[in-house]
Amino acid sequence: MALTYLKNVSTLALDTDKCSGCARCGEVCPHAVYTFASKKAHITHRDRCIECGACALNCPDNAITVNAGVGCAAAVITGWIKGTEPSCDCTDDSCC
Amino acid sequence: MSEESCCPPQSTCCSLDAAGGSTLRAPGAEAPAVSTSLTFADRFGACRVRLGIGRNNYKLEPGLYRVGSPNDDSPVLVSANYKLTFDTLRKNLQGLDCWLLILDTKGINVWCAAGKGTFGTAELLLRIEQAGLARLVSHRQLVLPQLGAPGVDSNEVARQSGFRVVYGPVRASDIKQFIASGFKASPEMRRVKFTLRDRLVLTPIELGSVLKISLIAFGVLFLINLFAARPFGLFDIALYLGAVLTGAVLTPLLLPLIPGRAFAWKGWLLGLIYTAGALWIIGWLTQESWFTPESWLLAAGYLLLLPACSSYLAMNFTGASTYTSPSGVLKEMRLALPLIIGSAAVGAVLLLIKTFKG
Ligand code: SF4
Ligand code: SF4
Repeated sequence: MALTYLKNVSTLALDTDKCSGCARCGEVCPHAVYTFASKKAHITHRDRCIECGACALNCPDNAITVNAGVGCAAAVITGWIKGTEPSCDCTDDSCC
Repeated sequence: MSEESCCPPQSTCCSLDAAGGSTLRAPGAEAPAVSTSLTFADRFGACRVRLGIGRNNYKLEPGLYRVGSPNDDSPVLVSANYKLTFDTLRKNLQGLDCWLLILDTKGINVWCAAGKGTFGTAELLLRIEQAGLARLVSHRQLVLPQLGAPGVDSNEVARQSGFRVVYGPVRASDIKQFIASGFKASPEMRRVKFTLRDRLVLTPIELGSVLKISLIAFGVLFLINLFAARPFGLFDIALYLGAVLTGAVLTPLLLPLIPGRAFAWKGWLLGLIYTAGALWIIGWLTQESWFTPESWLLAAGYLLLLPACSSYLAMNFTGASTYTSPSGVLKEMRLALPLIIGSAAVGAVLLLIKTFKG
């Protein structure tokens, strides 16, 4: 499907030297950002990344960093008003 | 759980029959059995939730449940205590024997709860411990929903509990196939989608909350009308409601078809087309063009105000979408929000001038 969001915004970074090629990141990523070649992970589709943080949290070698959060305008506004990090405090399904 | 809950954990409306009369005292025998078919009450409740009525109490008791007749070799599936999530899951487990470990996510779905960390490492470790899972099953594997991964550090879980986490498919409908193929998910099963149906289901909640706020605006208009030379009428209300529908419903539905990437832009574009078109049609119906020197204030006011409203509502839909990143949303908002506020403010002033001058 042709739904892609803004280009070149994701804070995702991969330290290939640390990567052991376990493919866990590919297992958890909901947008197939990674591909695997020569026993390493590669960020092939960076613009699909939604910065959910799943890959970074589950990587056994701490090879991934990303500024994780929720891609939600209402959360950002709530954060501005309360002076906190964007947080999604809506209780319904439409949030996050 | 609140006393107002539509669905206390032991009630029949959840089809959770407590396994009380069982003489079997095998480990886990006290875990309530779960029915894999949904009742009318389940479906009726789901509709109410989608419409935003009585949303907050839609949860069930966390802990261990059993589906079919599981033994110490059966898979353990982990999920959230949001009833809609639970219903979707159990409906897809027909014919399987497995354990369900339900985490306390305060009645919030897996994805949102993982983002908040309530579907998280600590809660999972706690429930493994409380359910005595290590004694209940002989294997050391847990199946977690993939969408729970942003909250769960599987390496830490393995270190502390000895249980290895396998992430299951994104959609519950793929679970059976996932288990049948030896706990392997195809790339297709791992992808989050955002279909027309997904988007349609999500629009009523946003619409509901906007309309509540709009009632206040209508109250203010009523007060203004007491002093107005040109009172606001049904046309104005209809015009506004159209802009709300354009931003909160039409834009989400047509999302892939509207050119551009930013949600605010997409909403603004549709809002502009809508407002210009609606003004033209109203002018045609009433036989007086809104683009004449006498009514230019009105036309310009609406052309500035209404697309800004649509744009804002469309931007809010980023929260419901499944493909927006926080960095992207922030970038979009920094650019769009000042424009939206500025445009709406100028538009509102023009409309007020027209209202009091006549
Ligand atoms: S999870 Fe970490 S170590 Fe494993 S493949 Fe991905 S980046 Fe490499
Ligand atoms: S942060 Fe989320 S979307 Fe981005 S690469 Fe990691 S798992 Fe994929």
